[in-house]
Amino acid sequence: MKARVHVMLKNGVLDPQGEAVRHALGAMGFDKVEGVRQGKVIDLDLAAGATEADVTEMCEKLLANTVIESYSIEMN
Amino acid sequence: MKAAVVVFPGSNCDRDLAVAFEQAGFDVSMVWHKDSVLPEGIDIVGVPGGFSYGDYLRCGAIAAQSPICQAVVEHANRGGYAMGVCNGFQILTETGVLPGALLRNAGLKYICRTVDLQVATADSVFTQGYAKGDVIGIPIAHHDGNYFADADTLAALKDQDRIAFTYGDNPNGSVDDIAGILSENRRVLGMMPHPERAADDGHGGTDGTAVFRALAGILAPA
Repeated sequence: MKARVHVMLKNGVLDPQGEAVRHALGAMGFDKVEGVRQGKVIDLDLAAGATEADVTEMCEKLLANTVIESYSIEMN
Repeated sequence: MKAAVVVFPGSNCDRDLAVAFEQAGFDVSMVWHKDSVLPEGIDIVGVPGGFSYGDYLRCGAIAAQSPICQAVVEHANRGGYAMGVCNGFQILTETGVLPGALLRNAGLKYICRTVDLQVATADSVFTQGYAKGDVIGIPIAHHDGNYFADADTLAALKDQDRIAFTYGDNPNGSVDDIAGILSENRRVLGMMPHPERAADDGHGGTDGTAVFRALAGILAPA
């Protein structure tokens, strides 16, 4: 069983790395990019029986810092 | 007076912090991250700068889950004194002992230089050696020192006079120029600048010494 966790800076939290990527894309001539947000993808290999609730707890306790980050979970 | 300094894999200011405590008169024990208890009878715990666990995941995130950090949290929750410098500040925010978080510097660069700090409150064991408004020169050395807290947290920090230091010329984008904050009971300090790197004539400045001397003055047995 696998889970994929996306961790992103919350809206309203400045993402200087995303901004730098946006500037670079603009400088390369990609003039249709209006914003870039950079985040993390964390893939988990889980033992049978693991639930989304388990992954939520992992996100709350370690994988995301909910002061500044939001997360979403895909179970498959 | 006894101080403990926590050592994580990747800490690199642990010895500097220990020397600053020693020069102020503390007996210092170094505590390894796998230890689950702090030494008996300690007056203050120092969480040093560095790159604990390689800054993997987020700065301080893995360290915050280490056995010794659980002991540090319990110590703080019991009303014990603690200070976290640089990575130590990041770790204390990750544990929840201090509010907010440290983001990547707004300019994306690692910054290593001495900056002017303004003492924002003298009402704490850490800052009472200064006067409010004093400007002191303290080195910074960080890539993720951009302090962030939500509006409610910031309002609480201001209302309760818990902003310890602010930057004169904000180097990293920190909200409201915040360089260091206090816990609600004023017994835990977290700051990105390094007072232990301005605590000896050989450092080129001694403006940080007052932090350790003030602590020694308060924590010395009567």
